[in-house]
Amino acid sequence: MNKFENMIKMFLTLMKIGTFTLGGGYAMIPLVQKEFVEKNKWIDNEEFLDIVALAQSVPGALIINSSTYIGYRLFGFPGAVVACLGSMLPSIVIIMIIAVFFGQIRDHKTVETVFQGIRPAVLSLILFAVVKLGKSIPKNLMHGIWVAASVISIAFFSVHPIIIIVVSGLLGYKIFKGENDHENHS
Amino acid sequence: MKIIVDIFLTFMKIGAFGFGGGLAMLPLIEKEIVYKHSWITLKELVDIIAIVEMTPGPIAINSSTFVGYKVGGFMGAIAGSVGVVIISFILMTILAKYFMRMKDMDEVKAVFRGIRPAVIGLILSAVISVGRTSIVDVKSVMIALIVFFGLVKLKIHPILGIVLAGVLGVIMY
Repeated sequence: MNKFENMIKMFLTLMKIGTFTLGGGYAMIPLVQKEFVEKNKWIDNEEFLDIVALAQSVPGALIINSSTYIGYRLFGFPGAVVACLGSMLPSIVIIMIIAVFFGQIRDHKTVETVFQGIRPAVLSLILFAVVKLGKSIPKNLMHGIWVAASVISIAFFSVHPIIIIVVSGLLGYKIFKGENDHENHS
Repeated sequence: MKIIVDIFLTFMKIGAFGFGGGLAMLPLIEKEIVYKHSWITLKELVDIIAIVEMTPGPIAINSSTFVGYKVGGFMGAIAGSVGVVIISFILMTILAKYFMRMKDMDEVKAVFRGIRPAVIGLILSAVISVGRTSIVDVKSVMIALIVFFGLVKLKIHPILGIVLAGVLGVIMY
């Protein structure tokens, strides 16, 4: 396949992700992981986590930011533009349709029950992503505490995610610098 | 034409401060759109947020498209959605460029080895915040368990999981 066809494929994949991203932000992580890492093998789990960290450090939606990175990573600047547009397009189209039919959709009973079903499933999807992504970090006490500490500080003390990322980066620099990546990543 | 440019610039400003994604932008949207420009009323904004939260796609894109459409029609919708992503897009492209060049340096590797467990924690904390609003009764616990089982044991695609949950919602509620 040539570069142009690959770019179209990436565009369509991102459109698919954009169409099924419900609940915003983290809800798209399982989908993106499946498509980017497992199906298309564009990146591995480790780089995926790095992208999430980078995307969090910049303002804006997680899906748009990580798509832009992937596009740039695969095809340079044109790829970034195509990827960004691909992930935005479904939302724009869907919202315009809804904006036109605003009143009728708002009080639709079936629509409401569909979403009542989807909301708890979003939780399962995210948890499933955590299970898979967890495989890319070493399983030891230090990393267990690291994960737990960031969960607790965000979920219960409302610490801003950027602070967690910066502090962890500094800690990582102190702990792992000079060490030749000999810890085994399974 | 002026209104389209106004929409673009306003959402560019909102997007530039949207750290942490769409929900973090909502107070800004309220301030700019409702109070400063008086493009829509607060009640309309609340309705829009409700719709936007149950529509696929990032909240930032959805709300900027919706507000843009209400204020400036089709062109307004495009101006709003492009405006809200433009700053993130530029920053992310610059970041990607430098990260790709530096990611094999020992120092950068060390930093990211530290960040990875934190990101897993970040994602895990989303499970808790989603759970607070979406686990409301026994039925929702059942749906969550069924879908989780399907993903882990039956290896169904996440999209199929979402569709399945929607069907379960119609049947159970």
